[in-house]
Amino acid sequence: MDFELNQDEKQLAAEVEAFLEKELPSGWLDDVVDWPGGYGTMSHVEERHEAFCRDFNRKVGAKGWHSLGWPEEYGGKNSWVKQAVVDDLISYYRAPAYGVARLIAAPTILNVGSDEMKKEWLPRIAGGESFFWLGYSEPNSGSDLASIRTSAVEDGDELVVNGQKIWSTGAHVSDYAWLVARTDPQAPQHKGITLMIIDNKTPGIEIRPLVNICGVHCFNEVFLDNVRVPKANVVGDMNRGFYNLMLALQFERLVAWTGGYRRTFEELVRYARETVFDGRTLGQDTLVRDKLADLAVDIEVLQNMFWKTAWMMDHGRTPEIEASALKLFATELSRKLAGVGMDILGPYGQLGREAKWTPMTGRFGMGYLDSISGPIGAGTSEVQYQVIATRGLGLPRG
Amino acid sequence: MDFDFSEEQNILKKSARTFLTRELPRTRVREIVAGEAGYSDEIWNKMAELGWMGLIFPETYGGFDGASLDLVLILEEMGANLCPGPFLPTVAAGLAVLAAGTEDQKAGLLPELAAGSTRAAIALTEPMTRGPASLTRIGAKADGGDWVIDTVKVFVPYAHVADWLLCVCRTAEDDDPEAGLTIFRVDRETPGLTLTPLENMANEKLYEAAFDQVRLPASAVIGEVGRGGPAIRDAFDRAALGRAAEIVGGAQAAMDMAMQYAGERVQFNRPIGSFPAVQKHFADMYMLISGARQLVYQAAWKIDRGLPARKAIALAKAHAGRTGRRVTTLGHQVFAAISFTMEHDMHLYYRQALAGDLAYGNSDYQRQVAARELGL
Repeated sequence: MDFELNQDEKQLAAEVEAFLEKELPSGWLDDVVDWPGGYGTMSHVEERHEAFCRDFNRKVGAKGWHSLGWPEEYGGKNSWVKQAVVDDLISYYRAPAYGVARLIAAPTILNVGSDEMKKEWLPRIAGGESFFWLGYSEPNSGSDLASIRTSAVEDGDELVVNGQKIWSTGAHVSDYAWLVARTDPQAPQHKGITLMIIDNKTPGIEIRPLVNICGVHCFNEVFLDNVRVPKANVVGDMNRGFYNLMLALQFERLVAWTGGYRRTFEELVRYARETVFDGRTLGQDTLVRDKLADLAVDIEVLQNMFWKTAWMMDHGRTPEIEASALKLFATELSRKLAGVGMDILGPYGQLGREAKWTPMTGRFGMGYLDSISGPIGAGTSEVQYQVIATRGLGLPRG
Repeated sequence: MDFDFSEEQNILKKSARTFLTRELPRTRVREIVAGEAGYSDEIWNKMAELGWMGLIFPETYGGFDGASLDLVLILEEMGANLCPGPFLPTVAAGLAVLAAGTEDQKAGLLPELAAGSTRAAIALTEPMTRGPASLTRIGAKADGGDWVIDTVKVFVPYAHVADWLLCVCRTAEDDDPEAGLTIFRVDRETPGLTLTPLENMANEKLYEAAFDQVRLPASAVIGEVGRGGPAIRDAFDRAALGRAAEIVGGAQAAMDMAMQYAGERVQFNRPIGSFPAVQKHFADMYMLISGARQLVYQAAWKIDRGLPARKAIALAKAHAGRTGRRVTTLGHQVFAAISFTMEHDMHLYYRQALAGDLAYGNSDYQRQVAARELGL
């Protein structure tokens, strides 16, 4: 048993930190919200940061830091723990490098993609050049992804896609869709879906913004009207899309903004330590101490879960129950952190960014709103409970 | 024992519901909260015609000698319909005048307030204080026959549309935190009073009210110098209870909305309301709302019976604060992604529930009050 990073990993951490301190504009930490566990205030999908984000990701790519977990033959270092070192720090600095491309698309391609697909896409993703959005949910298909209606009809070398996707985070600042469509309407639902990559510039794609409750344009509705997709863009096998999607979801569930939780928690602790209310600090209040200590427990648990899943992947063990547990825990903690912040800050917690008397740039108010999204996206908590209980613990499905 | 309302109360509740449902479709709520005033004069005047502002005040002062329980019923309906505005702050200010004021002051101020011609608010909380009613510094000093107020108040609701504020200042040191407090009536246009909006995500119009060397005549003191504490405490408690009632109403409406959706939204070939995980959410909502509602009614009943009610109010507000936040969070969870859009209405309830918990002392604060009432 060893809970410490080794020399190599520590060196990497120091390098990453130095890089982030240098590359992120001053004031970045306060400027962005990037609520940990939320999908609505992520720094990397805001239009105002698009240019910076692209540039930043290329620089991260130049360091090889998007692909540390990949096999060496694809430019990786075979180390998911090293990737975790990078990811933890990126989220600690609220840096805009949490892309679908490297977190979800690349690991899936590595597992089920053809050699051609790997050659075509992995270098670009490793280089931080390509931005992807997830084309999963539709208005009538949320938790029940197998029921999607967007269709993809074969026409020679191409598939012609028609339909609509929704909750498409970042579609407006992305280059490609990572999308599932029905290719065999005659087959049973789960067996007639195909996963594919679609160029955002393909004619027939219309992206319409949706404003979330945080007031941020983060996600969209996307309409696909006779969009032609080369068959070479099919990920894995035709009609195996549902299963490939489930694999992609596993990877998505492993993404936990551990650093972001730590940072936000530290800010709250510092605030409690330094802020005097009626002649004594908040931190001297027993109740506040208890709430913060309780959060400290949760953050420690989260960090352990995060590092352990990365370590498992380096040792040939696939995190399954662990992935759902990590996602469930992290996103529910996202709400708890916001709620505890509200309790501690009292009426000050509701103040907006520009308001007089607002603590910590109004972060907790935004977090209170954004934390609605965590336990909903990437598989609701209810779904995660079920996966843990049935696939994880073996309880009967009923 | 009797857990039913009277005939009159049922009629009051029903007519309040009909009125508010008609006047405040959620589109109108959004328009109103987006505006600078944050409330509708038109609806306010209609409420005045219905006698709502005067309900709780004695007939002697133009009121209707109504019960706290009656007011709670109206506030529950207001919460259910997301009714924005200075109704509760105004009533609370009136209650403070009723408890502390001289006969002349009561006769002078209350009839207009009861008729709905006045908007008012209590300016109580000072920055960086623990709890809403902690006044430790001297905020006003006698000067000749006048008083000079020099203090800052925060989270004053709808101060920008108030005709006058009740500024509560410590005028004498005292070991007893409720002693040595004086209530000053300050017209909004008084020189030296500056209002700054405190923009927030809760859809409430909250203000900082800075009193910079505000000079007032002795007649501005409501009641006796240094003796305003108990009246403010009382008005504040009753406002907390009123807010708890609003929270309960809002929580129920959020739950009802989610229930309807759970019956209609189909995934995996069945309504999502048929899934045990979702069913548990509703059972939890039901437990929380029923409990909080009972505590609110019980506290109101105690007030009406002239029984000591501070502990009951604290427990009710503590529970309601938690209930509103939990129920609206679950409401979002049931609707899932669609409720994360600005366009969907659930976040209106989510914000209202938060604002309600944070106003007049949040759950943590109320449990501290309860702990003291337990003799700890």
